[in-house]
Amino acid sequence: MSSNNTAPAPTGRRWVWFHRFGSPAWIYGFSTRWAPVCGWIAVVLFAAGLYLGLVVAPPDYQMGDSYRIIYIHVPSAWLSMSSYAAMAVAAGVGLVWHLKVADLVARSIAPLGAMFTFCALFTGSLWGKPTWGTYWVWDARLTSELVLLFLFIGYMALSAAIEDRRTAARASAILALVGVINLPIIHFSVEWWNTLHQGSTVTQLGRPTMDTRMLVPLLVMFLAFNFYFAGAVFNRLRGELLHHERRTRWVQELAHG
Amino acid sequence: MGDFLHMGGYAFYVWTSYLVVLALLLWHFLAPLNRVRSLLRTISLQSDGKDAKNTGGQV
Amino acid sequence: MTPRRRQRLILVGLLLLGVGGAVALALTALNQNINLFYSPTQVVAGEVPKGATFRLGGMVVDGSVRRNPGDLEVWFDLTDTAEVVTVRYDGILPDLFREGQGIVTTGNLVDGRFVAQQVLAKHDETYMPPEVHEALRQANADAYRDQAGKSSGQ
Repeated sequence: MSSNNTAPAPTGRRWVWFHRFGSPAWIYGFSTRWAPVCGWIAVVLFAAGLYLGLVVAPPDYQMGDSYRIIYIHVPSAWLSMSSYAAMAVAAGVGLVWHLKVADLVARSIAPLGAMFTFCALFTGSLWGKPTWGTYWVWDARLTSELVLLFLFIGYMALSAAIEDRRTAARASAILALVGVINLPIIHFSVEWWNTLHQGSTVTQLGRPTMDTRMLVPLLVMFLAFNFYFAGAVFNRLRGELLHHERRTRWVQELAHG
Repeated sequence: MGDFLHMGGYAFYVWTSYLVVLALLLWHFLAPLNRVRSLLRTISLQSDGKDAKNTGGQV
Repeated sequence: MTPRRRQRLILVGLLLLGVGGAVALALTALNQNINLFYSPTQVVAGEVPKGATFRLGGMVVDGSVRRNPGDLEVWFDLTDTAEVVTVRYDGILPDLFREGQGIVTTGNLVDGRFVAQQVLAKHDETYMPPEVHEALRQANADAYRDQAGKSSGQ
C-alpha cells in the first residue's frame, strides 16, 4: 500500500500538514527544490567563514594558529549531536506512526551524522597532538563521542542488514532511541568528570569566553554547517524515496518525464 | 602567503584537518545526486522493458 | 491517536526511561573510573592506587619548574590549590606546558614524589589574541599594584 492513499479523511489543519509531510511525492519535490538553495547558501557561508577564520581572526595567545582547527572541529561536533537528535526524532516518529517518510529521513541522516562525528574526532585528534601532546586519550568526552560514531554505524548496519523495510526501520529506530542517552553524557562529560578536554566555550547562559574576532567566524561556520546538513539530507532523501517508492506511479512518471 | 600556509608551524595539523573535512563534506553532498540520476535511469529502463501493469503502489 | 499508536508511544517512553535509569546507575557506580585523573589532595590523602601507574592532574605552581642543565629532566610542583605534589619528568614537554597551566601526567609515586612517564597539557575554554592577553595581564598587574600601594599606605 502506498502512503499516498492511506489517509483516513483528514480533519483539521494539523492533519493536512501531517499528511502532506507524509506524502513521499510531495517530500521529493520539496527536497529537489530546496537542496540546491541550501547548498549554495552553505557555499557562500563556508567561503566567508573560512576567510574570517583562517585569515582575519588573530592567533591565540597560547595556542598560536593551531586553534584555527576549532572552526571545523566545533561545528562538526555540534552537528554530530544535533544530527543524532534529529535522526532519533525521525526514527521515533516512524516507529510510533509508521510513517515511511520519517523512516527514510532517519536513514538519510545517519551517514551524514557518522561523517560529522568522524570529522569531530579526526580534527580533535589533530588539534590534540600539538596542544595536549597526544592524539588520543580515553577521557570521558572523547570516549563518549567515539560511542556516538559507533551508534551511527550500528544504526546504518542494522537498517541495512534486515531485508524487510518495516522490520529494519523498527529495529534500528529502537537502537537510535536507546542511543539518545549518550547525548547528555557527551555534553556534560566535561562538567561531570575531570577530563583532558576543556569545558564549553560557547554556552547558552553567560558570555562566551572568546574574543569577538575569533567567535564570529565560528558562528558563521556553524551556520554554514547547518545549511550544508539540510541540503545534504535533502539530496540523500531523494535517493531513498526513489529507491523505496520505485514501483509507485509518481516515481514511474518522474523517471519517464 | 608563505606565512598563511605556514600557520605558525602548525601547517600539517591545520591543513590536514581542513582538507579532509572539506573533501568529505563535498563528497557527501554530491554522491547522493549521482545515485538519484542512476536510479531514475534504471527505473525508466526497467519499466520500458515491462508494460505498465506493475505500477500499482507497493511498499 | 489510535490506541495502538498510544501503546507504541508509551512503549517507546518506557524503553527510554528504563535505559536512562540503567545508564545513570552504571555511571554513578563507575564514577571513580571515568575520571581521567586524581588530584594532589587525593594523593596526599592516600586515595591513589599503591605502586600502580595512575594519572595526576593539577596546575603547575608558578616558579616551581626546575630543569637539570644538560638533559631533559625537569622538576615541578603540581597543585589543586589545596595540596602540592612534586613531579619529576624526563622527556619532551607539550607546547602548552608552562607555569600556571593545567596539566595531566601519567606515572607513579616513588617515595612521595610523582615520577611521570607522560605529561599532557590541558587548556581552558578561553581564546584571545596575544595583545588582548597582554592588556589583561597589564590591567591585572596595575590593579594588584594599586591594591598593594593602598595596603602599604595604611
